[in-house]
Amino acid sequence: MEKNITHTIPQQAETTNTDFEVRSLDAMCVNESQLEHKWYHKIKYWVAGVLFGIILVKAEVISWFRIQEMFRLQSFHMYGIIGSAVVVGALSVFLIKRFKIKTIYGEDIVFHPKKFNKGQIFGGLMFGVGWALTGACPGPLFAQFGAGATAVIVTLLSAIAGTWVYAYLREKLPH
Amino acid sequence: MTHLHTLLSEPWPWYVAGPLIGLTVPLLLIMGNKSFGISSSLRHICAACMPANIPFLKYDWRKEAWNLFFVAGILVGGFIAGSWLPGPEPVEVHPDLAEDLAQYGITDYSKLVPSDLVSWDQVFTLRGFILMIVGGFLVGFGTRYAGGCTSGHAIMGLSTLQWPSLVAVICFMAGGFFSTHFLVPYILSL
Repeated sequence: MEKNITHTIPQQAETTNTDFEVRSLDAMCVNESQLEHKWYHKIKYWVAGVLFGIILVKAEVISWFRIQEMFRLQSFHMYGIIGSAVVVGALSVFLIKRFKIKTIYGEDIVFHPKKFNKGQIFGGLMFGVGWALTGACPGPLFAQFGAGATAVIVTLLSAIAGTWVYAYLREKLPH
Repeated sequence: MTHLHTLLSEPWPWYVAGPLIGLTVPLLLIMGNKSFGISSSLRHICAACMPANIPFLKYDWRKEAWNLFFVAGILVGGFIAGSWLPGPEPVEVHPDLAEDLAQYGITDYSKLVPSDLVSWDQVFTLRGFILMIVGGFLVGFGTRYAGGCTSGHAIMGLSTLQWPSLVAVICFMAGGFFSTHFLVPYILSL
């Protein structure tokens, strides 16, 4: 993007981050921006979510039928969506790394490698079974509810309960 | 304008929707170093509402509040698309699927979420209970156990060439194929 950003953002003193260890086990919870922003800076993520939700509905990713077609190999649609999303995502990540693109706040964009653990197998299989039953992964659950399938709140609450039970049993599960 | 509205109301082809979904990855990174992932929101909701002194839920979920803003947006996006860009009826599905589902009395194609399976009437049937409540539980438990879902592992993970994510995605698909071919036919016949 802009090459003339040469100033560096003053890094705040390294705060002791006791919860980082446990959070970093979870692939998604490692975003450690050193910058403090007012809450309304988060509205942009809401806007991104709105656009994302519209795409999920209009591309019929929220359709129970589409998920069945995918697992019955009756349609290329979902494979095309996920496949082309990965290609575009990978190309974007390549460009971000290649040109050292920064965030809008001028911070370096960082990537966190995911560590392998057996959860990706056991949990992955469980999620796969659930995906075919509900016809929705977590994103579409929110979009389905928004699109008027109000009963999906039951599925969503059950998914939250599932996450909670996992957290509760976590120490006893093989990882 | 009307023409544009008609165009947007049609179901979007994969080669439009897929790349747009892929662009979510750089969008969130550039907005503020955020890794695309949705299932984490479920964890943050647990951490915010009911941490119950569980180590896995004892962290500062406010730091991850962006994720809750994002999923709140998805919900509203679903509402907007559902209200202002309604697709054609009935929903088109593969004829073999329709034929198969008809055997189980699933004939309502007016909505993307089939009212014959996922609706308030169905929650209290055994079939609906398994599809919605057991299915939802597996989605929540499985994604957290796996450390991500379709967005976090399949899209973000594969985009950054993480082999553990590939393992996870293969398992998602294996679980889905197993479920569709060995469990769903039995559950639908209940």
